[in-house]
This record gives sequence, C-alpha cells and structure tokens, in this order.
Amino acid sequence: MKELLKKLSETYGPAGREDKIRQVIQDEVKNYVDEVFTDPMGNLYAVKKGKGTKIMVAAHMDEIGIIVTYIDKHGFLRFSNVGGVSPQILLGQRVTFGNGVVGSIGVEKLDDIKKLTLEKLYLDIGAKNKAEAEKLVKIGDIATYDREATVMGTRMIGKAMDNRAGCAVVIQALRELKETENEIYAVFTTQEEVGLRGSRTSSYRINPDLGLAVDVTLVGDTPEPPQLNVALGKGAAIKVKDASVICHPKIKAMLSELAAKHSIPVQLEVMTAGGTDAGAIHLTRKGVPSGVISVPCRYVHTPVEMVDLEDMANASRLLTAFLSSPVKMQEAFPCALD
Amino acid sequence: MLLIKKLTEAYGVSGDEYGVRDLLREELTPYAERIETDTIGNLYVKKGIGKKPRIMVAAHMDEIGLMVVGFESNGLLQVKTVGGMDERVLVSKPVVVGNNHVPGVIGAKAIHLQKPHERKKPLEIEQLYVDIGVKSKEEAEKLVKIGDYVAFMASTHEIGENCLIGKAMDNRVGCAILAELVKIDFNLELTAVFTVQEEIGLRGATVAAYNVHPDFGLVLEGTTASDVAGVEDTGYVTKLGGGPAISFMDSSFIAPRKVVDFIVDIAKKLDIPFQLRRLTTAGTDAGAISQAHAGIPSAVISMPCRYIHSPASVISLADYENTLRLAKGVLQAIAEGGLSLEGIA
Repeated sequence: MKELLKKLSETYGPAGREDKIRQVIQDEVKNYVDEVFTDPMGNLYAVKKGKGTKIMVAAHMDEIGIIVTYIDKHGFLRFSNVGGVSPQILLGQRVTFGNGVVGSIGVEKLDDIKKLTLEKLYLDIGAKNKAEAEKLVKIGDIATYDREATVMGTRMIGKAMDNRAGCAVVIQALRELKETENEIYAVFTTQEEVGLRGSRTSSYRINPDLGLAVDVTLVGDTPEPPQLNVALGKGAAIKVKDASVICHPKIKAMLSELAAKHSIPVQLEVMTAGGTDAGAIHLTRKGVPSGVISVPCRYVHTPVEMVDLEDMANASRLLTAFLSSPVKMQEAFPCALD
Repeated sequence: MLLIKKLTEAYGVSGDEYGVRDLLREELTPYAERIETDTIGNLYVKKGIGKKPRIMVAAHMDEIGLMVVGFESNGLLQVKTVGGMDERVLVSKPVVVGNNHVPGVIGAKAIHLQKPHERKKPLEIEQLYVDIGVKSKEEAEKLVKIGDYVAFMASTHEIGENCLIGKAMDNRVGCAILAELVKIDFNLELTAVFTVQEEIGLRGATVAAYNVHPDFGLVLEGTTASDVAGVEDTGYVTKLGGGPAISFMDSSFIAPRKVVDFIVDIAKKLDIPFQLRRLTTAGTDAGAISQAHAGIPSAVISMPCRYIHSPASVISLADYENTLRLAKGVLQAIAEGGLSLEGIA
C-alpha cells in the first residue's frame, strides 16, 4: 500500500481536472474487477458483478487546488480557491499545473499578516510577461500543491492524502476481495471538495442498496487539539456523523461487529463540521442507507497531510470484510413505511 | 429591443414569475412545437422533438425582491428580502406590492432625524419598510396580504452609447436571448426552459433538468460587470462591452475544460469578442443541470451587467448582440456534431 499511496498522492488531480489521477487508478484496479467505465462528471466506476446486494463504495479522487482567474502584464497570475484552500497555508508554496508548469506563491506587501487573504497572493510561474505566461497557462487552469510523498516509520507525509488514502484503501480492498454474492460498485468520485458533486450523480446512476464512503477524517491527538476522539495509529474510524450525514445506525453496527469479529482496531468518529460523499449518497432517489469508513489524517488540506499506513491497512481489512458479507436487505433495513 | 424592455419591466420575484412567464408564452407560442409549464412554474418551449442530441438551454425568469411579513399600526409594511439583495440599495426606491401592483416606496427615517452614528451605518432591512400611502393597518390590509411580493418599479431606457438601463437585467437578458434562439431553427431537439427560483437556490432548474434529461445544458445568464471605480483590474469579473462571458468555475459548477475550449473556439471562429468570467463565486442554473440524473455536461454564457441586483442595472446592447451570436453559434456547432459528448470530463 506504501508505493500505491505514494503514487496516488503525487499524481495531479484537483476537482474538475481528474483525468490524470483517474487514469492512474484505472490502471491499478482494472485487472481486479469485471468492468470499468466513466461518466460525464468524470467519475471512475470499477464493478465486481454479483447477484446479491448492490453496494456502492465511494472514495473521492479529487484534491483541493487554485484556479487561475487573471494574468497581469508582467506575467503574474491571480487565482481563486478550488475547495478549502487557506491563504495562510498557500503562502510560500510551490504549486504545479500537471503539465509540467510549476510556480511559487508570492504575496503583496502586507503591514499586518492578519490581513492575508487570497486576493493578496499571486502565482509566479517564472514568465517575464503576459504573453510568455499565456503560453504556459490559461485562465481557468487549476494548480495543486507540488509535493513528493515521504514515509516516516509507519506514516506517510504529503499532499492529497485527502483522499488518495481513501482511494488506496478501496483499491487494496478490491484486490483482496474474494468471491462474494454482493454486487460491488467502487466509484472513484470527482468534485467532492467543491460539494460532493461526483457522488451525487454516480449514486443516482447506480441506484445502490447500500452506500459506503471512504475518506480521511480530522484527528484530536496533536498539541492543543480540537475536541475530537480520533487519533492517528489507533485504527480505522467508523463515522457516526458529520455535517453532511448521520450514518445509518445499522451500517455503523455492522462495521463495529465485523471489526470485533476480525480483531480490527477501530475508533468511533463524531464530527460537527465537514462532509463526505455519504452526504450525497444517502439522499439519492428514495434514500440509501449509508456509512463511512475514515482514515485518520493530520494537517488536512495542507501539503503535509499525515496518515498512518497501519490505519489504512485496518480500514482496508474492514472494508473487505464489509463487502464480503452477505446483507439481507429486508431483515437489516425493514422499511418503516411498509 | 422591444422584447428586452417588456421583459425587464415585467414583475417576477422568485416564486412569483407569472408576469414574465405569460409574456414569454405569448411571444413564443407561434414558434413552439410544444409549450408547457410544470408544477414549480418553469416554462418549457420545445422544438425539433425527437431529433438528436437533446439540448436544454435555460434562462431564469425570476428577479430578487422583497416579501411582506407584517404591518405597522400606521399602515407601513414590514418586509424581508427574497434572494441576494444588497440592503444598501433599498432605501427610497419605488416598488409595487402584490398581484395588483399596489405602488409604494421603500422608506426609512429621514436624515434629519438620524443620530450621527446612525448616518454612518447602512440601513438594515429591519429599519426599512414599504409605504403604500395609507394611514392604518386596516387600510393596508385591504390592499396587501402577508406573503405578497414586493418588486422594484423601474422602466427601461436607452442611455449613452448603445446602453440600456433598467431593473432585472439579471436575468431578463438571458430570457430575451433565449426567446430569440427559439425563433431560429436548429437541427437538434431544443428545449428552452425559462426557469423559476434561481435566485434562491437554482430550484426551478433542479426540477427542469430532471424533467428534460438533456444530453447537454447551456445556461444564459446576467453576471457582474465590475469594471467600475474602486475595483482593481485584477479583480474585474467581466467588463461591460467586453462581449459574452464564458464561465470556467463558479460556486455551483466547474465547467469541463473541453466545453470551455469548444465555446472559445466558436467565438474566435465567428470573430465574436468574448471574455472569461473571472469570478469563482455565485451560482447559476448550470450547478443544478450538471448534477441532474447521472450528470449532464453543461456550460454558462453570461452577459455583463453593471449594478446587478439593483433597480438600475446597465447593459451594453453590443454585448447583447454578441451573446446572442455566440449562443446561436454554439447551438449550430452542436447541431453539426461539433461537440463530442463522449469523455467530456
């Protein structure tokens, strides 16, 4: 999983420009599934056919970035955010457009660092004037952090662990999955960072019986942390809720029981903010019982996101167990309206 | 010219679009193969039924405004905003209230009566009211009901060098251009949708895109022209007179690069001045259309409007002509198979 995650983390793929990361993931999964295809939103579907319960597993493959809005006569670029990018984190970063063009983030003269906003920042791609810049980059092009992924012990540091860690977990589970009667739709979704957009359309298309998202989650185990129960290295997290979804109690219970049965370390996650693809999936059509397996991650939305490879292995084992287990829908999810 | 004047002078605050809808239905019935409305109030005008591909072009009919929420004992009306209203533009503006278009004005305490600190702060909606010239709550209740809409009253005029001033340019310009497109024949299935409730959350388009289920969605909009005093050119969204603006991203939607390039190429080929809309916030109906069903490739072409969301927006008639030309060029190119919808993302 180490090499896989490093490759995924370093691949370019901001929201709305997922072509490259989609190709990399497609190559990683195609030999382990019955079918792969894409759709107008750019989602990648990897299908394992079956006659049983139809389960959608979503891991978003997009990352945050910055989008060029203006090129001045000296060749400096102005930009806006794609997803949750903060000016404090951007300052002093090196970014890449995925076509080989890299640039430095600079800042206008500031008399007070508290006045730092995105509008005060600019991107310098080494162009000497507007014409030169326009040969390298177009307005509307999107850049991401430019950062290699590094292993420190059992941990990996780099950009886009949100959510390439989740993608790696799903890929690993697809590889390990033995025969199952369930029909599995693994979807590597697009545009999660700007509003769960890929998962909204893909879950409509699939119309699954059950939904499961795999994404990173914030931790509360660092100095002066926010009050969060999740810690790095303590296992896969089973989401209870965030701002986008209250996970179906039955799915939560199924995951907890499987973790106990297979001795997989897990922790329960309660988030007051943030959202994930399950937020869109569970509201699809007539409603889809949905849950989330999370990978604990420090420093989310920075170029130095940190995950623990053992947490990921545990998340993958839990996901594999879930996907392998037959689900009697009528018994597990009796419809209250019937 | 006549159509845009009629459309901008009609009233249609979000949820109350019938005035605009009736005008468009009357104007377009002679050209439509089928014309119908749905339960939320969208107007659908269909042509080339059964042809391929199926294209939905949307323009929202609604404008921002106010709603009556209560009465003062002296007959003044308490109001709340509907849509993204800049409350600073409200004071002293003439308005009409309710379906009978009862005339009134948005009032506030006169400057003579304001304390020095009050003069420094813009008036908030709670300090404003609508005065319909009656003396008591009882008199007011005979003319107005709670829940009645309040719309700006403003007539539309030509000014200066080929400019037009009026209310609701956002988005009657899109409606007018879409109406002109309906009068042209394209070799494709065209569903022109005049949508409702865009200003309060793309609600009409959400329903319409589900209903139409097109292969491709095009949205015609009015957008901010910020080439005005106090804005650095690095911060311009669009420039008045700079031609139609093509969106690459807003808060509701990221346009597929392939689609943006397709439209840019058409503009260049037809020698139409154009600009990229350089703001990544605010949403349009494309946000809803692109998210309908299993996802629908979409694009937005907008017209620059200065003083947008005010009763005195200014547009350029050259921009209007060029936006119409570009939209027409896009539909023609699609009809000729110029946009491959495979692998669009």
